[in-house]
Amino acid sequence: MNTAQKFQLTDADLDSLGEELDALRATFVADLGESDVAYMRKVIKSQRALEVAGRALLFAGFLPPAWLAGTAALSAAKILDNMEIGHNIMHGQYDWTHDPALSSKTFDWDTSCPAESWQFTHNYMHHTYTNIVGKDRDIGYAVLRISPDQRWTPFSIGNPVYAALLALMFEHGVMLHGIDIEQLRSGEKSWAETWPTLKAGLRKSAKLLLKDYVIWPLATGPMALTTLAANASANVARNLWAFTIIFCGHFPEGTYEFSMEETEEESRGHWYFRQMLGSANIEGGPLFHIMSGNLSHQIEHHLFPDLPAHRYAEMAPKVREICERYGLPYNSGSLSKQFGSVVAKICRMALPGRGRAAAPGPVPSFPVPVRRGSAAIAA
Amino acid sequence: MARALDAATAPHGIDRYIELVSPTWSTTEVRGRIVGVVRQTSNTVTLTVEANRNWHGFVAGQYTQLTVEIDGVRHTRCYSMATSATASGRQFELTVKAHPNGLVSNHLVSRARPGMVVGLTPAQGDFTLPGQRPERVLLISGGSGITPVLSMLRTLCAEGHSGPVTFVHYCLTAGDLTYGAELSDIASRHPNVRVIKIFTDEPGAGDFDGFVSVAQLDAIDASWRQAETYMCGPAPLMSAAAAIYAEADLGIRLHTEAFTLSQWIAEAPDVSGAIRFTGSGTEVRSDGRTILDQAEGAGLTPKSGCRMGICHSCICPLVSGTVRNVVTGVVTADRGQDIQICINAPVGDVEIDL
Repeated sequence: MNTAQKFQLTDADLDSLGEELDALRATFVADLGESDVAYMRKVIKSQRALEVAGRALLFAGFLPPAWLAGTAALSAAKILDNMEIGHNIMHGQYDWTHDPALSSKTFDWDTSCPAESWQFTHNYMHHTYTNIVGKDRDIGYAVLRISPDQRWTPFSIGNPVYAALLALMFEHGVMLHGIDIEQLRSGEKSWAETWPTLKAGLRKSAKLLLKDYVIWPLATGPMALTTLAANASANVARNLWAFTIIFCGHFPEGTYEFSMEETEEESRGHWYFRQMLGSANIEGGPLFHIMSGNLSHQIEHHLFPDLPAHRYAEMAPKVREICERYGLPYNSGSLSKQFGSVVAKICRMALPGRGRAAAPGPVPSFPVPVRRGSAAIAA
Repeated sequence: MARALDAATAPHGIDRYIELVSPTWSTTEVRGRIVGVVRQTSNTVTLTVEANRNWHGFVAGQYTQLTVEIDGVRHTRCYSMATSATASGRQFELTVKAHPNGLVSNHLVSRARPGMVVGLTPAQGDFTLPGQRPERVLLISGGSGITPVLSMLRTLCAEGHSGPVTFVHYCLTAGDLTYGAELSDIASRHPNVRVIKIFTDEPGAGDFDGFVSVAQLDAIDASWRQAETYMCGPAPLMSAAAAIYAEADLGIRLHTEAFTLSQWIAEAPDVSGAIRFTGSGTEVRSDGRTILDQAEGAGLTPKSGCRMGICHSCICPLVSGTVRNVVTGVVTADRGQDIQICINAPVGDVEIDL
């Protein structure tokens, strides 16, 4: 039985689901304008101000409060740069403005993965083939066993250790993600084909290493070592934060994975269905949503990846209402709940077998009592 | 210096920081601030723009691509500088006429105010006076096509050019005339300059009546055939004058600037037309499918991804023409705009940078 059948959804139901979400999208697209641009420019301005302030404070890095404040400001700047600004602009969320500073074609972020490589693995591969086992390389990032559908090998025992290392080095993990290790291993792709991607990633990393570990430490003169330590701390803080948020997007208990067979020739409605079931939201306040790049609204992001993310909060109640009407789960929970369940899953998957959920997630048992969409009622 | 600053601010580069201090600051991009706004007629606006240090002047007759932001969206249009090219400094003047349905022109005519920041490009265009000034010059303009030709007149006057210069300007009525007082002033101060104003919809009001013709040119200046002619105006004027010059075998003396009205947007889906991929030089007859499908059909391998309009991998600049988004039905004709080729189909002739 495929996933749509588990939820007693017919093709016609999926079509009407698709139409409703297309209509929701259209109302937001029609409303895009000056306030969206003003919002993003304000975030950019805050990010730049934090960055400049952070780097300036490190000139006084011999004073512990200045060092701490500088490191915190720089960490926040890097998080904003990567999450709310970089991730979202590079999705093309602001391409409609035709402003080169907000264009997915020209923007690059302060992290090792080059924009172009990320746009391929993330915007195209991950967002098109979300949670399709064997196609979506974000399932486990080629090193982790995160789904019972991934084969267990003795290597999997190290799962928690790999996850911890990946969290610490997340920016380099994402950069190396551009190289399809699976394809390289299976011989589907040769080293010669892979080398340009790796070279671009190494070049980008070198640029950022030069900036954070040579130029700014030297610029602060006698404070070189404290500046270097601060910059390294900011990069690690950003890595840990990005890992936490991103792993809560698709791996908490209650998210669904799909097989290649059930997604062949899929309709637009089924694509939406898969995005909703494969994603999970994190609850929090406005600042939390901004610092997470609004990936805390992962469900809305996966439905409308190229609409400005600061609008997701406005869409969320409407999406939730649609989910309820179609009898679909809307996976949402606090950061501790979602991340806790991810950590538990990572540990469980280290062991052979399919593993049992520590706590039952919002997975409806079968058969599901379904209140149908309008198409089903008409039928 | 700029390189060191770029390395310290990688990957964004120093421009993305200094522009937050002042929007016209940039180490590479040409930007300007509107410092003067005069509305000579009810449907035009004359802007004085002060460019930043990346502006390196212009030659009389050239234009700049001006970018303005309207409700969060940037739009770019070409406008010719109207000022004398001899003036030093980084200020110049543009006159914009509001065209019906012209988004940018209407915005500028109704909203332009001092302090507004605009994007610019370095001056471009080869509709210019030759370095060796011609002995005898005939300048013809129509409507808002006056600006590049006025720049030539002002430049020649500022240089103290002594050869005969005839300036002929066509517009609908006396009320539509821009620069009227200045033109009269130039004519009175420069004995070698004659200014002829013709109001095609207001017989008797101007120096001559009616549309351009051989008889009219003969009456204006008996030796027009010996003059180098520079002309800019709407299509009917341009084609009528071109026919006259061709007939008289004087095509070589006629220099023109294509005068683009607000870009044409098709009313109904029109699949006929040609798609030209300017990067590869390939051209195909459009069959109505998306541009990505047709590019691949033509043997090209453009970058693409989801093929459903979500991943933005396939965006390419629209060079000219009109495209329609097959998902939303939205029609676009902004030159230079990046479009998602997987969900846009051509409407009529289009050129894509691919």
